[in-house]
Amino acid sequence: MRRTAAFLRLLGAALAAVMLMASVPASANDGVPMPQLAKPKGEKCVEPTDYMRRNHMDLLKHQRDETMHKGIRTKKYSWKGCVECHAATHPDIAEGKVPTLYPFCAQCHHYAAVQIDCIQCHTTVPESVMKSSKAEGEADKLMTMMKGHLGETEQR
Amino acid sequence: MTDKAVQSETGTSGEGCGGAMSRRGFLGISAAATAITLAPGVTLISPAAAKPADQAASPKVRWGMLVDVTKCADGCDDCVVACAKENGLKSHNRPETDAQWIRKVTLIDKANGFTKTLPVMCQHCAHPPCVDVCPTGASFKRPDGIVLVDKHICIGCRYCMMACPYKARNFVHEDTRGQKPHAPRGKGTVESCTLCVHRVDEGGSPACVEACSKGSGALMFGDIADPNSAISQEIAKYGAARIRADLGLDTGVAYRGL
Repeated sequence: MRRTAAFLRLLGAALAAVMLMASVPASANDGVPMPQLAKPKGEKCVEPTDYMRRNHMDLLKHQRDETMHKGIRTKKYSWKGCVECHAATHPDIAEGKVPTLYPFCAQCHHYAAVQIDCIQCHTTVPESVMKSSKAEGEADKLMTMMKGHLGETEQR
Repeated sequence: MTDKAVQSETGTSGEGCGGAMSRRGFLGISAAATAITLAPGVTLISPAAAKPADQAASPKVRWGMLVDVTKCADGCDDCVVACAKENGLKSHNRPETDAQWIRKVTLIDKANGFTKTLPVMCQHCAHPPCVDVCPTGASFKRPDGIVLVDKHICIGCRYCMMACPYKARNFVHEDTRGQKPHAPRGKGTVESCTLCVHRVDEGGSPACVEACSKGSGALMFGDIADPNSAISQEIAKYGAARIRADLGLDTGVAYRGL
Protein backbone atom coordinates (compact mmCIF):
# COMPACT_ATOMS: atom_id res chain seq x y z
CA MET A 1 0.00 0.00 0.00
CA ARG A 2 2.79 2.38 0.98
CA ARG A 3 4.64 1.61 -2.19
CA THR A 4 1.53 2.36 -4.18
CA ALA A 5 1.08 5.66 -2.34
CA ALA A 6 4.66 6.65 -3.06
CA PHE A 7 4.18 5.67 -6.67
CA LEU A 8 0.99 7.71 -6.89
CA ARG A 9 2.73 10.72 -5.42
CA LEU A 10 5.56 10.35 -7.89
CA LEU A 11 3.18 9.97 -10.82
CA GLY A 12 1.04 12.91 -9.73
CA ALA A 13 3.94 15.31 -9.59
CA ALA A 14 5.18 14.36 -13.05
CA LEU A 15 1.72 14.94 -14.44
CA ALA A 16 1.59 18.30 -12.72
CA ALA A 17 4.94 19.35 -14.14
CA VAL A 18 3.93 18.45 -17.67
CA MET A 19 0.54 20.09 -17.27
CA LEU A 20 2.06 23.29 -15.97
CA MET A 21 4.50 23.44 -18.85
CA ALA A 22 1.71 22.82 -21.32
CA SER A 23 -0.59 25.44 -19.84
CA VAL A 24 1.34 28.53 -20.79
CA PRO A 25 -0.79 31.66 -20.28
CA ALA A 26 -2.51 32.55 -23.51
CA SER A 27 -2.03 35.86 -25.23
CA ALA A 28 -4.96 38.12 -26.03
CA ASN A 29 -5.26 36.74 -29.56
CA ASP A 30 -5.63 33.13 -28.56
CA GLY A 31 -9.31 33.28 -27.70
CA VAL A 32 -10.35 31.16 -24.76
CA PRO A 33 -7.53 31.17 -22.22
CA MET A 34 -5.80 27.89 -21.53
CA PRO A 35 -6.66 26.31 -18.19
CA GLN A 36 -4.22 26.98 -15.39
CA LEU A 37 -4.11 23.61 -13.73
CA ALA A 38 -3.31 23.29 -10.07
CA LYS A 39 -0.47 21.09 -8.93
CA PRO A 40 -1.82 17.79 -7.62
CA LYS A 41 -0.47 15.95 -4.60
CA GLY A 42 2.46 13.66 -5.24
CA GLU A 43 4.84 13.48 -8.15
CA LYS A 44 3.25 11.13 -10.68
CA CYS A 45 -0.22 10.13 -11.73
CA VAL A 46 -1.18 6.46 -11.95
CA GLU A 47 -0.43 6.44 -15.69
CA PRO A 48 1.62 8.75 -17.96
CA THR A 49 0.09 12.17 -18.51
CA ASP A 50 -0.67 11.71 -22.21
CA TYR A 51 -2.46 8.47 -21.52
CA MET A 52 -4.41 9.96 -18.63
CA ARG A 53 -5.51 12.96 -20.65
CA ARG A 54 -7.14 10.78 -23.26
CA ASN A 55 -8.22 7.81 -21.19
CA HIS A 56 -8.99 8.87 -17.64
CA MET A 57 -12.70 8.60 -18.31
CA ASP A 58 -12.40 5.02 -19.55
CA LEU A 59 -10.29 4.00 -16.57
CA LEU A 60 -12.85 5.52 -14.23
CA LYS A 61 -15.75 3.88 -16.01
CA HIS A 62 -14.14 0.46 -15.94
CA GLN A 63 -13.27 0.80 -12.28
CA ARG A 64 -16.77 2.00 -11.45
CA ASP A 65 -18.32 -1.20 -12.80
CA GLU A 66 -15.76 -3.39 -11.06
CA THR A 67 -16.43 -1.70 -7.74
CA MET A 68 -20.18 -1.41 -8.05
CA HIS A 69 -20.97 -4.91 -9.27
CA LYS A 70 -18.11 -7.02 -7.96
CA GLY A 71 -16.97 -5.10 -4.91
CA ILE A 72 -13.41 -4.77 -6.20
CA ARG A 73 -12.08 -1.78 -4.37
CA THR A 74 -8.52 -1.34 -5.60
CA LYS A 75 -7.38 2.24 -5.22
CA LYS A 76 -5.35 2.76 -8.40
CA TYR A 77 -8.10 3.98 -10.74
CA SER A 78 -10.71 4.85 -8.16
CA TRP A 79 -12.65 8.12 -8.20
CA LYS A 80 -11.75 8.57 -4.55
CA GLY A 81 -8.09 8.28 -5.54
CA CYS A 82 -8.47 10.98 -8.21
CA VAL A 83 -10.14 13.33 -5.75
CA GLU A 84 -7.56 12.61 -3.08
CA CYS A 85 -4.62 13.73 -5.27
CA HIS A 86 -6.22 16.22 -7.61
CA ALA A 87 -8.30 18.24 -5.19
CA ALA A 88 -6.41 21.46 -4.55
CA THR A 89 -7.00 24.73 -2.80
CA HIS A 90 -7.85 27.88 -4.72
CA PRO A 91 -7.88 31.41 -3.30
CA ASP A 92 -11.45 31.96 -4.55
CA ILE A 93 -12.83 28.86 -2.82
CA ALA A 94 -13.28 28.68 0.94
CA GLU A 95 -10.58 31.34 1.32
CA GLY A 96 -8.06 28.87 -0.02
CA LYS A 97 -8.49 26.59 2.96
CA VAL A 98 -10.31 23.61 1.53
CA PRO A 99 -9.11 21.49 -1.40
CA THR A 100 -11.67 20.93 -4.16
CA LEU A 101 -11.76 19.72 -7.75
CA TYR A 102 -12.20 23.22 -9.12
CA PRO A 103 -8.54 24.09 -9.72
CA PHE A 104 -7.77 20.86 -11.61
CA CYS A 105 -10.69 18.92 -13.12
CA ALA A 106 -13.24 21.69 -13.48
CA GLN A 107 -10.94 24.15 -15.28
CA CYS A 108 -10.01 21.70 -18.00
CA HIS A 109 -13.58 20.49 -18.32
CA HIS A 110 -14.74 24.08 -18.70
CA TYR A 111 -12.17 24.61 -21.41
CA ALA A 112 -13.14 21.43 -23.25
CA ALA A 113 -16.86 22.08 -22.59
CA VAL A 114 -17.32 18.58 -21.22
CA GLN A 115 -19.75 18.06 -18.40
CA ILE A 116 -18.44 16.20 -15.35
CA ASP A 117 -21.35 13.88 -14.62
CA CYS A 118 -19.46 12.21 -11.77
CA ILE A 119 -19.94 15.17 -9.48
CA GLN A 120 -23.70 15.11 -9.77
CA CYS A 121 -23.61 12.30 -7.23
CA HIS A 122 -20.04 11.90 -5.98
CA THR A 123 -18.60 14.26 -3.44
CA THR A 124 -15.80 16.48 -4.68
CA VAL A 125 -14.11 16.75 -1.31
CA PRO A 126 -11.28 14.32 -0.53
CA GLU A 127 -12.08 11.60 1.96
CA SER A 128 -9.19 12.70 4.16
CA VAL A 129 -10.60 16.22 4.37
CA MET A 130 -14.12 14.92 5.04
CA LYS A 131 -12.79 12.79 7.88
CA SER A 132 -10.85 15.61 9.44
CA SER A 133 -13.60 18.21 9.19
CA LYS A 134 -15.44 17.64 12.41
CA ALA A 135 -18.40 19.84 11.71
CA GLU A 136 -20.87 18.18 9.40
CA GLY A 137 -22.15 21.61 8.41
CA GLU A 138 -18.77 22.60 7.05
CA ALA A 139 -18.76 19.74 4.58
CA ASP A 140 -22.27 20.72 3.56
CA LYS A 141 -21.36 24.33 2.99
CA LEU A 142 -18.42 23.16 0.96
CA MET A 143 -20.53 20.92 -1.25
CA THR A 144 -22.94 23.73 -1.99
CA MET A 145 -20.03 25.97 -2.81
CA MET A 146 -18.48 23.36 -5.09
CA LYS A 147 -21.71 22.87 -6.98
CA GLY A 148 -21.80 26.63 -7.43
CA HIS A 149 -18.32 26.71 -8.87
CA LEU A 150 -18.90 23.77 -11.16
CA GLY A 151 -22.40 24.98 -11.94
CA GLU A 152 -21.43 26.54 -15.23
CA THR A 153 -20.39 23.15 -16.56
CA GLU A 154 -23.39 21.44 -15.07
CA GLN A 155 -25.83 23.81 -16.72
CA ARG A 156 -24.62 23.22 -20.24
CA MET B 1 -11.79 -16.36 16.06
CA THR B 2 -13.79 -17.87 13.26
CA ASP B 3 -17.01 -15.97 13.86
CA LYS B 4 -17.90 -13.83 10.93
CA ALA B 5 -20.88 -12.30 12.64
CA VAL B 6 -21.12 -9.57 15.18
CA GLN B 7 -22.60 -10.48 18.51
CA SER B 8 -24.20 -7.33 19.78
CA GLU B 9 -23.33 -6.05 23.19
CA THR B 10 -26.21 -5.56 25.57
CA GLY B 11 -27.12 -2.52 27.61
CA THR B 12 -29.66 0.21 28.01
CA SER B 13 -27.48 3.26 27.50
CA GLY B 14 -28.03 5.68 24.65
CA GLU B 15 -30.48 8.53 24.51
CA GLY B 16 -33.10 6.75 22.47
CA CYS B 17 -33.08 3.61 24.51
CA GLY B 18 -32.94 5.00 28.03
CA GLY B 19 -35.78 6.49 30.00
CA ALA B 20 -38.26 4.87 32.33
CA MET B 21 -38.12 1.11 32.34
CA SER B 22 -41.24 -0.41 30.89
CA ARG B 23 -42.25 -4.03 31.24
CA ARG B 24 -41.15 -4.53 27.67
CA GLY B 25 -37.84 -2.88 28.34
CA PHE B 26 -37.27 -5.09 31.33
CA LEU B 27 -38.14 -8.20 29.37
CA GLY B 28 -35.82 -7.09 26.63
CA ILE B 29 -32.95 -6.69 29.05
CA SER B 30 -33.62 -10.06 30.66
CA ALA B 31 -33.54 -11.70 27.27
CA ALA B 32 -30.34 -9.84 26.42
CA ALA B 33 -28.72 -10.89 29.67
CA THR B 34 -29.49 -14.50 28.81
CA ALA B 35 -27.87 -14.07 25.45
CA ILE B 36 -24.76 -12.69 27.12
CA THR B 37 -24.54 -15.69 29.41
CA LEU B 38 -24.88 -18.00 26.46
CA ALA B 39 -22.21 -16.25 24.50
CA PRO B 40 -20.00 -14.20 26.80
CA GLY B 41 -18.09 -11.27 25.49
CA VAL B 42 -18.42 -9.31 22.32
CA THR B 43 -17.16 -11.06 19.24
CA LEU B 44 -16.27 -8.51 16.63
CA ILE B 45 -15.73 -9.38 13.04
CA SER B 46 -12.32 -10.94 12.58
CA PRO B 47 -9.85 -9.29 10.19
CA ALA B 48 -9.70 -12.59 8.32
CA ALA B 49 -13.27 -11.98 7.12
CA ALA B 50 -12.21 -8.86 5.21
CA LYS B 51 -11.76 -9.68 1.56
CA PRO B 52 -8.72 -8.31 -0.26
CA ALA B 53 -9.51 -5.13 -2.21
CA ASP B 54 -8.71 -6.74 -5.56
CA GLN B 55 -10.92 -9.75 -4.98
CA ALA B 56 -14.53 -9.89 -6.17
CA ALA B 57 -17.37 -10.54 -3.75
CA SER B 58 -17.71 -14.29 -3.23
CA PRO B 59 -20.88 -16.21 -4.07
CA LYS B 60 -20.02 -18.59 -1.24
CA VAL B 61 -20.89 -15.87 1.25
CA ARG B 62 -24.36 -14.53 1.85
CA TRP B 63 -24.54 -11.50 4.07
CA GLY B 64 -27.59 -11.25 6.23
CA MET B 65 -28.96 -9.74 9.35
CA LEU B 66 -30.87 -11.02 12.34
CA VAL B 67 -33.18 -8.64 14.19
CA ASP B 68 -34.14 -9.68 17.69
CA VAL B 69 -37.52 -8.01 18.03
CA THR B 70 -37.68 -8.88 21.74
CA LYS B 71 -34.63 -6.68 22.34
CA CYS B 72 -35.55 -3.80 20.01
CA ALA B 73 -36.46 -0.93 22.34
CA ASP B 74 -39.61 1.11 21.85
CA GLY B 75 -38.77 4.72 21.04
CA CYS B 76 -35.15 3.95 20.14
CA ASP B 77 -34.05 5.00 16.67
CA ASP B 78 -30.30 4.63 17.04
CA CYS B 79 -30.12 2.44 13.91
CA VAL B 80 -31.99 5.01 11.83
CA VAL B 81 -29.79 7.86 13.05
CA ALA B 82 -26.60 5.85 12.48
CA CYS B 83 -27.70 4.97 8.94
CA ALA B 84 -28.43 8.59 8.06
CA LYS B 85 -25.07 9.68 9.44
CA GLU B 86 -23.10 6.92 7.75
CA ASN B 87 -24.67 7.44 4.35
CA GLY B 88 -25.10 11.22 4.44
CA LEU B 89 -28.90 11.13 4.24
CA LYS B 90 -30.32 14.59 4.79
CA SER B 91 -33.87 15.49 5.68
CA HIS B 92 -35.58 18.26 3.76
CA ASN B 93 -38.36 18.37 6.35
CA ARG B 94 -40.63 16.67 3.87
CA PRO B 95 -41.24 13.27 5.49
CA GLU B 96 -43.14 11.93 2.50
CA THR B 97 -40.17 12.18 0.20
CA ASP B 98 -37.21 12.15 2.60
CA ALA B 99 -34.92 9.16 2.15
CA GLN B 100 -35.55 6.25 4.50
CA TRP B 101 -33.04 3.47 4.09
CA ILE B 102 -34.14 2.01 7.41
CA ARG B 103 -37.25 2.80 9.41
CA LYS B 104 -38.72 1.80 12.73
CA VAL B 105 -42.11 0.11 12.51
CA THR B 106 -44.38 -0.31 15.54
CA LEU B 107 -46.89 -3.14 15.57
CA ILE B 108 -49.80 -3.07 18.01
CA ASP B 109 -51.98 -6.08 18.67
CA LYS B 110 -55.42 -4.48 18.80
CA ALA B 111 -56.85 -7.35 20.82
CA ASN B 112 -54.61 -6.77 23.83
CA GLY B 113 -52.52 -3.69 23.11
CA PHE B 114 -49.25 -5.63 23.00
CA THR B 115 -46.73 -3.50 21.17
CA LYS B 116 -43.58 -4.47 19.39
CA THR B 117 -41.19 -2.32 17.45
CA LEU B 118 -38.68 -3.35 14.81
CA PRO B 119 -36.45 -1.88 12.13
CA VAL B 120 -37.34 -2.58 8.50
CA MET B 121 -34.92 -2.00 5.69
CA CYS B 122 -34.04 -3.60 2.34
CA GLN B 123 -34.41 -7.30 3.07
CA HIS B 124 -31.71 -8.28 0.55
CA CYS B 125 -33.81 -11.02 -1.02
CA ALA B 126 -32.31 -14.04 -2.75
CA HIS B 127 -34.99 -13.54 -5.42
CA PRO B 128 -35.41 -9.77 -5.41
CA PRO B 129 -38.49 -8.47 -7.26
CA CYS B 130 -36.75 -5.11 -7.74
CA VAL B 131 -34.12 -6.84 -9.88
CA ASP B 132 -36.78 -8.69 -11.88
CA VAL B 133 -38.55 -5.52 -12.92
CA CYS B 134 -35.57 -3.22 -13.53
CA PRO B 135 -35.52 -2.33 -17.24
CA THR B 136 -31.86 -1.24 -17.31
CA GLY B 137 -30.12 -3.72 -15.03
CA ALA B 138 -29.40 -0.98 -12.52
CA SER B 139 -31.06 -2.95 -9.75
CA PHE B 140 -28.90 -5.99 -9.16
CA LYS B 141 -27.81 -8.55 -6.60
CA ARG B 142 -24.15 -8.92 -5.78
CA PRO B 143 -22.71 -12.45 -5.65
CA ASP B 144 -22.66 -12.20 -1.85
CA GLY B 145 -26.38 -11.48 -1.71
CA ILE B 146 -26.33 -7.71 -1.23
CA VAL B 147 -28.99 -6.04 -3.38
CA LEU B 148 -27.91 -2.67 -4.76
CA VAL B 149 -28.82 0.04 -7.26
CA ASP B 150 -26.18 0.96 -9.82
CA LYS B 151 -27.06 4.64 -9.99
CA HIS B 152 -24.84 5.06 -13.04
CA ILE B 153 -27.43 3.23 -15.11
CA CYS B 154 -30.58 3.89 -13.05
CA ILE B 155 -33.05 5.95 -15.09
CA GLY B 156 -35.30 6.70 -12.13
CA CYS B 157 -38.34 4.86 -13.50
CA ARG B 158 -39.21 3.64 -10.01
CA TYR B 159 -40.50 0.23 -11.13
CA CYS B 160 -38.42 -1.29 -8.33
CA MET B 161 -40.18 0.87 -5.78
CA MET B 162 -43.49 -0.53 -6.98
CA ALA B 163 -42.20 -4.09 -6.97
CA CYS B 164 -40.66 -4.09 -3.49
CA PRO B 165 -43.09 -5.51 -0.93
CA TYR B 166 -41.10 -3.90 1.89
CA LYS B 167 -41.19 -0.31 0.62
CA ALA B 168 -37.45 -0.38 0.96
CA ARG B 169 -36.56 1.73 -2.06
CA ASN B 170 -36.45 5.52 -2.14
CA PHE B 171 -36.38 8.00 -4.97
CA VAL B 172 -34.10 11.00 -4.62
CA HIS B 173 -36.30 13.99 -5.31
CA GLU B 174 -33.92 16.76 -4.34
CA ASP B 175 -30.45 17.93 -5.23
CA THR B 176 -28.09 16.14 -2.90
CA ARG B 177 -25.67 17.81 -0.54
CA GLY B 178 -23.11 16.46 1.88
CA GLN B 179 -22.68 13.05 0.29
CA LYS B 180 -20.10 10.79 1.83
CA PRO B 181 -17.24 9.65 -0.41
CA HIS B 182 -18.42 6.04 -0.03
CA ALA B 183 -22.10 6.79 -0.60
CA PRO B 184 -22.73 8.85 -3.73
CA ARG B 185 -26.34 9.99 -4.08
CA GLY B 186 -27.99 11.79 -6.94
CA LYS B 187 -31.30 13.37 -7.83
CA GLY B 188 -33.40 11.25 -10.15
CA THR B 189 -32.10 7.87 -9.05
CA VAL B 190 -33.48 5.22 -6.73
CA GLU B 191 -31.57 4.13 -3.65
CA SER B 192 -31.94 1.87 -0.65
CA CYS B 193 -30.06 0.18 2.17
CA THR B 194 -26.71 -1.07 0.85
CA LEU B 195 -26.06 -3.18 3.93
CA CYS B 196 -23.18 -0.71 4.26
CA VAL B 197 -21.41 -2.57 1.47
CA HIS B 198 -18.37 -0.27 1.74
CA ARG B 199 -17.89 -1.39 5.34
CA VAL B 200 -18.69 -5.03 4.64
CA ASP B 201 -16.07 -5.15 1.87
CA GLU B 202 -13.52 -4.00 4.41
CA GLY B 203 -14.56 -6.64 6.91
CA GLY B 204 -16.82 -4.40 8.97
CA SER B 205 -20.49 -4.55 9.82
CA PRO B 206 -23.30 -2.14 8.88
CA ALA B 207 -23.55 1.16 10.76
CA CYS B 208 -26.98 0.28 12.20
CA VAL B 209 -25.64 -2.94 13.70
CA GLU B 210 -22.71 -1.12 15.22
CA ALA B 211 -24.98 1.57 16.69
CA CYS B 212 -27.42 -0.99 18.06
CA SER B 213 -24.64 -2.97 19.71
CA LYS B 214 -24.00 0.07 21.92
CA GLY B 215 -27.63 0.13 23.01
CA SER B 216 -30.25 -2.57 22.72
CA GLY B 217 -28.09 -5.15 20.99
CA ALA B 218 -30.98 -6.28 18.83
CA LEU B 219 -29.12 -6.48 15.52
CA MET B 220 -26.70 -9.12 14.39
CA PHE B 221 -24.83 -9.24 11.10
CA GLY B 222 -23.04 -12.10 9.45
CA ASP B 223 -22.78 -14.78 6.81
CA ILE B 224 -26.03 -16.74 6.75
CA ALA B 225 -24.64 -19.17 4.18
CA ASP B 226 -22.05 -20.41 6.67
CA PRO B 227 -23.72 -22.77 9.18
CA ASN B 228 -20.91 -22.12 11.67
CA SER B 229 -21.24 -18.34 11.75
CA ALA B 230 -22.66 -16.82 14.94
CA ILE B 231 -25.72 -15.52 13.10
CA SER B 232 -26.53 -18.90 11.54
CA GLN B 233 -26.16 -20.60 14.89
CA GLU B 234 -28.45 -18.08 16.55
CA ILE B 235 -31.06 -18.66 13.85
CA ALA B 236 -30.66 -22.45 14.11
CA LYS B 237 -30.99 -22.33 17.87
CA TYR B 238 -33.88 -19.94 18.35
CA GLY B 239 -35.50 -19.84 14.93
CA ALA B 240 -36.32 -16.72 12.95
CA ALA B 241 -39.17 -15.48 10.82
CA ARG B 242 -39.04 -13.57 7.57
CA ILE B 243 -41.44 -10.74 6.80
CA ARG B 244 -43.87 -11.88 4.12
CA ALA B 245 -42.20 -15.28 3.93
CA ASP B 246 -45.21 -16.36 1.86
CA LEU B 247 -43.79 -14.45 -1.09
CA GLY B 248 -40.88 -16.89 -1.25
CA LEU B 249 -38.27 -14.19 -1.71
CA ASP B 250 -35.82 -15.80 0.74
CA THR B 251 -34.84 -12.59 2.44
CA GLY B 252 -31.42 -12.03 3.96
CA VAL B 253 -32.88 -10.19 6.93
CA ALA B 254 -34.50 -12.42 9.53
CA TYR B 255 -36.53 -11.51 12.60
CA ARG B 256 -36.72 -13.31 15.90
CA GLY B 257 -39.81 -12.79 18.08
CA LEU B 258 -41.91 -11.34 15.31
